[in-house]
Amino acid sequence: MSSEQNVNYLNCSKGFSSWFWTLDHKRLGLMYLWSTIAAMFLGGIFALTMRVELFAPGAQIVSADQFNQLFTLHGAIMVFLVIIPSVPAALGNFVLPMMLGAKDVAFPKLNRFSYHLWLLGAIFFVSSMLATGLDTGWTFYAPYSTVHSPAYTAVVLAVFGAFILGFSSIFTGLNFVATVHKMRPPGMTWFRLPLFIWAIYATGLIQILATPVIGITMLLIAVERILEIGIFNPALGGDPVLFQHMFWFYSHPAVYIMILPAMGVMSELFSTFARKKIFGYSFIAMSSVAIAVVSFIVWGHHMFVSGQSPLVSIVFSAMTFFVAIPTAIKIFSWVATLYKGSINMATPMIYAMGFLWLFGIGGLTGLWLTTLETDIHLHDTYFVVAHFHFVMVGSALMGFLGGIHYWWPKMFGRMYPERKGQVAAVGLIVGFNVTFLPQFVAGTQGMPRRYFDYAERFEIYNQISTFGAFLMGLSLLTILIYLIRSIKRGKLAPANPWGGATLEWHTAPIPDPHNFDNAPQVGDPYDMEIFKWDETEKGYVPVNPVPGLPYIAQPKADSGDSH
Amino acid sequence: MSEAHAHPEHVAHHFDTAEQQFETGKFGMWIFLLTEILFFSGLFVVYSTLRNNNPEVFAYAANHLDTDLGAINTVVLLISSFTFALGVRNAMLGQRKALTVNLLITFLCAGAFMGIKYQEYTHKYHEGLLWSGAEHSVFKEDLSKVLPSVREHSAHGHTNAIADAEAMTPEFRREVGLFFAIYFCLTGLHGIHVLLGMVLIGWLIRRNARGDFGPHNFGAIDFGALYWHIVDLIWIFLFPLLYLIA
Amino acid sequence: MIPKMLSFFHFLPQDGEGDFFFPAQASNLAKFNDWLFYYILIVSAVFFFAIMLSAGYFSWKYHKSRCPEPQPSPSHSNTIEFVWSVIPTIFLAYMFWQGFVGFMNRQNPPADAYQVHAQGQKWSWIFQYPDGTESNVLHLPLNRPIEVSLGSNDVLHSLFIPAFRTKMDAVPGRLTSLWFTPTMIGEFEIFCAEYCGTEHSSMITTCKVETQAEFDAWLEEAGDFISKLPPVEAGKRVFAMKGCAACHTVDGAVGIGPTFKGSFGTERKLTDGSKVTMDYDYVYESLMDPQAKLREGFPPVMPTFQGQMDDEKIRVLVEYLKTL
Repeated sequence: MSSEQNVNYLNCSKGFSSWFWTLDHKRLGLMYLWSTIAAMFLGGIFALTMRVELFAPGAQIVSADQFNQLFTLHGAIMVFLVIIPSVPAALGNFVLPMMLGAKDVAFPKLNRFSYHLWLLGAIFFVSSMLATGLDTGWTFYAPYSTVHSPAYTAVVLAVFGAFILGFSSIFTGLNFVATVHKMRPPGMTWFRLPLFIWAIYATGLIQILATPVIGITMLLIAVERILEIGIFNPALGGDPVLFQHMFWFYSHPAVYIMILPAMGVMSELFSTFARKKIFGYSFIAMSSVAIAVVSFIVWGHHMFVSGQSPLVSIVFSAMTFFVAIPTAIKIFSWVATLYKGSINMATPMIYAMGFLWLFGIGGLTGLWLTTLETDIHLHDTYFVVAHFHFVMVGSALMGFLGGIHYWWPKMFGRMYPERKGQVAAVGLIVGFNVTFLPQFVAGTQGMPRRYFDYAERFEIYNQISTFGAFLMGLSLLTILIYLIRSIKRGKLAPANPWGGATLEWHTAPIPDPHNFDNAPQVGDPYDMEIFKWDETEKGYVPVNPVPGLPYIAQPKADSGDSH
Repeated sequence: MSEAHAHPEHVAHHFDTAEQQFETGKFGMWIFLLTEILFFSGLFVVYSTLRNNNPEVFAYAANHLDTDLGAINTVVLLISSFTFALGVRNAMLGQRKALTVNLLITFLCAGAFMGIKYQEYTHKYHEGLLWSGAEHSVFKEDLSKVLPSVREHSAHGHTNAIADAEAMTPEFRREVGLFFAIYFCLTGLHGIHVLLGMVLIGWLIRRNARGDFGPHNFGAIDFGALYWHIVDLIWIFLFPLLYLIA
Repeated sequence: MIPKMLSFFHFLPQDGEGDFFFPAQASNLAKFNDWLFYYILIVSAVFFFAIMLSAGYFSWKYHKSRCPEPQPSPSHSNTIEFVWSVIPTIFLAYMFWQGFVGFMNRQNPPADAYQVHAQGQKWSWIFQYPDGTESNVLHLPLNRPIEVSLGSNDVLHSLFIPAFRTKMDAVPGRLTSLWFTPTMIGEFEIFCAEYCGTEHSSMITTCKVETQAEFDAWLEEAGDFISKLPPVEAGKRVFAMKGCAACHTVDGAVGIGPTFKGSFGTERKLTDGSKVTMDYDYVYESLMDPQAKLREGFPPVMPTFQGQMDDEKIRVLVEYLKTL
């Protein structure tokens, strides 16, 4: 059954306008996908440049000023343009309505507006780069960013860019939350929602509640810079630590915006590729929302040495330990899902295993940083840099790439090359470890972060790290190339190559523009047995197809709650 | 069995019923208003911090605000909220002309609010009642940096803030400047929202003239009114916190 | 036994020397810090490898080539979920508690602690002693509790002494503090650990821990150097102490600010096109109000030294500049 002959969301209309002005969540998801990938490569080039510079002490290929700009832009691009939008906006947009059983998100025009805002924000960031000089760090700490940094225009452009991108994120979160509340088909109760949807929903809650605060904070930087308002400027009576509180009030929950969707992807991957119902569904679902809520009361753990009162630090440390518990339990649940399953170690599953390793290290190293005593020594050293790269890049990237490979057949009706996928995934994971593991040691030995030049004794860690970075870059480039080539040249994909039971796999190999003509029947999202392997199809087909609708698998008659 | 043809024209294709569209829209607007509250809350936190650190400064500085104008503005906004709410009722009952009238009154009230705001702002600019970093401010830590023209206007203006400024310690002057910093941030951001609201009301008036609204389709009016009520509510908090703490 | 094993692999400091992870344990804070670090490391490593080995084992044992179909198994279990919630919680609570204990110890300096003030500015530290002596290098006496108060002239900085396991931000407009007792003679790196601009990574100095007698001798000599040393020598000391070298070279090399080699007494061009002679008045004005007469081609980043340089110091500084 060739998907090429039917009308699908890719071929139903052509031309730039049909894409730029589309209201179809699937097309928007793809555009977000290419946009965030492009931004990632730009941020990655800055990272590689830094790693070349840091190969040895002293100036190698850039000056101190240029280095400071590189780490600022690398951080700002990666945080605001790549990681925050990537899984929710690219994968979420593509998958969520189909997985829910809906025709589209609640507000398709708002969805398109969100994407256009991303583009506008990106333009502001690029303008800031062209204005040159942005050297404040992506954290824009006052009073350096508001008074002392020489880069006036670049700072103002960048914070307006971040402001606009914030609204892109808010509207996406608003859209998804409204969609999950109001667009569920009959029978789709809350506890029949797939865990990816729970994750995107919890993320949406954070996007809605936290992002406005960074919005006003960015606006205040611009106002401080342009009008010299003085709220954060001690020379005018203001308080620089107040800035840090406002900044981290968003930026801590923001890291959960980055990780929760990736965890949602992991839930889907572990169950599909073990062909088993996820272990502890209720816990994982509720813990996603719980983590989202608790993420709002831990921000001060970024500020233990900022001069804030000890009592406040103690409270934040305790709260942060608290949020570690549901996170750890998720990991145990995923591993338990593998028990007595039937495991297919395809590329998406390699990313899932990689996630266990990278998030294991990333999450556990957080313990050193939330422990008050040990954080004093480790704060603002390379230990922190390694920690957040393990969680933000290691884990979120595993989610992003794992999800891309998992849903790639549904996006383009083609398979990516499996062997290349596996090799590149392993290369990326190994390269990642080589890059960032030495940085933990550089940190404990005392190497501060954001250092252009460093003492001789830190050289070995930096050299190993640079080698790893190039291995990562090579792997990512390989992935990009084979993915692009597979769009036209990949093997034609069946409607359900992996045997997933969630509703997006009940659509045509390349989905219809409207996803479903009728609301699909809702059953247990993790009951793999409604599909069976078909040798001729080289994919999974419904055990009980609906007459006239060959892709929809009917739920089992006694299907109740997914517990 | 596509339901597309059964859809009334005003119901979007991805919704099954008009009711679902309305419910979803309302839900979405409430979430958006929640984000607006959080947006302003950042400034309220700045206000609390600054005021907590300098309570006497705030009490003193608030004296320089015109409470009468602020009170008039409060009443004006409340009236506009009322007329907008009446407009929602008009839309529900299909009373197109009444809706236009109420929307117009709301628009005019908003305009009056902005007019009074303009008055307040220009007066402050003239007399140098600005944040310390502003060129035109009298509250500079180093008084020699106050512009001569500002000195003139302030001494002859009815606040005579320059005399007060000269009597203060440099630190106190700095802190008074911070009061005006947060004053202008809060009222300025609020003013921007009022302006955006005026654009929204104008758009609704135009759509109503085209006959878009009726008992089966009044969502946009309803949601617009919700936005306007939040804008009003935020002012209800701003007014006492800034004007009534003297 | 485990400590012995770890020390075999140089994973635990021996006699205060540095090991794989840490520099020397040179303060009273280091032992507990390092111990807690290793505690967390061991607990984390045990859990981490337990998880990874289980995942690896299951992936192998239940691979589809061995198990074409999944076998029935529970999708939740109250007992298991309870156990794997409670046990980690206990470990986490212990970690929090120990962190809290160490943290509280750091908040309470002994009443007789020796007071030093550290003032940060772009891009150097100036340490001020109770008798008014100033220094770039943090000289300290061994085995005495030291309380360092921190301030900043411009942006956020952070005083970080890795060997002492201590760090605290210097916040402009505020006073923060930290305390420790140096327990080892030697010279230890001091880094700035809060990004502060172009030369953030060069804002480096050392902490020199010496015996009480050596320290007293140094303090006396350093405190009175203006009257004790010839003016040019004294001026050179002022030049080093006030952090001028962070931006101004004396050998003609290009820096953030103009070089002083051969410049005193000559005419210099300003940003507004006018010319000025670099004399005593110009140096004085530049120290008090650096942006008033800015040299052409240089950025406006010089901090003001108002309130930090008395006329004596400026006098000898000028004597030194004359010799360049």
